[in-house]
Amino acid sequence: MTNIYRKRLFVNRFNLVMSLSAMAFGMTFLLWILYVLFLRGFETLSPALFTQMTPPPGSAGGLANAIYGSIVIVTVATFVSTPIGILAGIYLAEYGKDGLIARVTRFINDILLSAPSIVIGLFVYTVYVAKVQHFSGWAGSIALALIAVPVVVRTTENMLRLVSSSLREAAVALGAPMWKVILKVTLRAVRGGVITGVLLAVARVSGETAPLLFTALNNQFWSFNMDAPMANLPVVIFQFAMSPYEEWQNLAWAGALLITLTVLVINILARTVFRQSAAR
Amino acid sequence: MSTTSATLPSAMTTRQDRLVERRPTPPASHQGAAPWQDWLFERTTLFFALFVLLTLVGILVSLAISAIPAFQKFGLGFFWTNVWNPVTKNFGALAPIYGTLVTSAIALLVGVPVSFGIALFLTEMCPPLLKRPLGTAIELLAAVPSIIYGMWGLFVFAPLFAEYVQPLLKTALGDLWILGPLFQGAPNGIGILSAGIILSVMVIPFIASVMRDVFEIVPPVLKESAYGIGATTWEVVWNVVLPYTKVGVIGGIMLGLGRALGETMAVTFVIGNAYRISPSLFAAGNSIASALANEFNEAADPVHSAALITLGLILFLLTFIVLACSRLLLAQLAKGEGKST
Repeated sequence: MTNIYRKRLFVNRFNLVMSLSAMAFGMTFLLWILYVLFLRGFETLSPALFTQMTPPPGSAGGLANAIYGSIVIVTVATFVSTPIGILAGIYLAEYGKDGLIARVTRFINDILLSAPSIVIGLFVYTVYVAKVQHFSGWAGSIALALIAVPVVVRTTENMLRLVSSSLREAAVALGAPMWKVILKVTLRAVRGGVITGVLLAVARVSGETAPLLFTALNNQFWSFNMDAPMANLPVVIFQFAMSPYEEWQNLAWAGALLITLTVLVINILARTVFRQSAAR
Repeated sequence: MSTTSATLPSAMTTRQDRLVERRPTPPASHQGAAPWQDWLFERTTLFFALFVLLTLVGILVSLAISAIPAFQKFGLGFFWTNVWNPVTKNFGALAPIYGTLVTSAIALLVGVPVSFGIALFLTEMCPPLLKRPLGTAIELLAAVPSIIYGMWGLFVFAPLFAEYVQPLLKTALGDLWILGPLFQGAPNGIGILSAGIILSVMVIPFIASVMRDVFEIVPPVLKESAYGIGATTWEVVWNVVLPYTKVGVIGGIMLGLGRALGETMAVTFVIGNAYRISPSLFAAGNSIASALANEFNEAADPVHSAALITLGLILFLLTFIVLACSRLLLAQLAKGEGKST
């Protein structure tokens, strides 16, 4: 009899230890990746990184044009995807609700949320780049916007659904039309959450490489022209890291550090903003 | 020009009138409460909701159209032909499909037990104070861009894997009866197995956070009754929590699978990019996504790029089916949430 108790106790302890080590396994990889990134990235991190252009193989340089290109492409993508995502989210939460269109849209949106980003790049290539016959910063922004929209839709809808109906009813009772109720009362009540969604979308797209390969491509020089191939950090990192040149590889590590820090900082920022708005 | 400006206002007033008629009691007299504004706003939001739907249709249609040349040339045989030769313009998708499926399978084989352990730790063992930071840390694993995993995999993980882990696997498992051939060959760190293991780290946060979320919806009464009759923590999780949430757990695993199938950059760095189907997991291979990332821009020949676009279409359909199953399963769990078992 005591044997069975001992066995159960042992099985319990063993599995809990395994669970603990699974947690340790996950954390190890996170810390390991960050450690390597800091170690290799800081070696090359210098002011020159932000002031000089991407160099030809074998000489020193920086990432200025790539950083600029990334910022521009991501900013345009954010400005395009934010209104689309918020309006679609409003439809799902306020008008569509449990109707057929809303249910189908919700389902498709959740699938697009995890759809392979390289296919989105391929899509923009076939419908835009192949038609205009050249790669461009615009195409890169379109691809990133398509990836960001589902993120914004999902968070906007989730947030709007948290607003109590008494708030809406109070506004309607004052005679406000529906669109004013939504824009000035409900949407304003969940402002923090919607901003979180937008920030998470920015974080998600700023590290995306695959969709930019077939759209924005790369440019060795400084370019303000969005209608031409444009340098951007992820593609430069990809190209430099795969190259046999040491200077390029070092620059790739520095770029990788920059991009990861940006993404993680935005992520943590978004989570703290959201936490505040939820507590209020 | 003059005719349109003359007809426009009248058209708008008639539309307004029609709307006022249809809705009997709008506060129409109220300032700023013109019904057409509401109508316009609702239609605008509907338009953008439909935009999301159209994106999906657009992806499917445009890829299908661009894939036609490849289908005309190779027919359905494209799916099971193992050849990829840009020079003779002969293409078959078997090797990349194989690579995609095998790396994803390895990712799940490693990732699912670990994710389960993490979810178990976060819901049952973790001190409340650490729950949030540790949960966030695991989620941050998903926020790290995939190209970073790729660089880390190529420069840090692969050399260590080749030096320490692969020889160990070779001596331990290389002589086994059926499994043996999987672990033979040159241990150079680049290949299907490394790609699969790095993928597993990337899908862990997705699977673990779904598992954690579904574990937390288990009614405390159920768990407490099991604890009350003397069950251990493990028995509660294995016999109460897991059966109650199994639909959601499977949904989470499918979500991870969907992610693994389409992961591009990390795989591209470490898979070796070779159109080969080798019995050994140490050998270099290729996945659909990595083939696209590596070759699409260099594909000058229309048949070559059509073949690559067809690969993209296959990948999209594959992930679509997997993710659709995942969503349906998770929705089923959410529906049952209100019921009292």
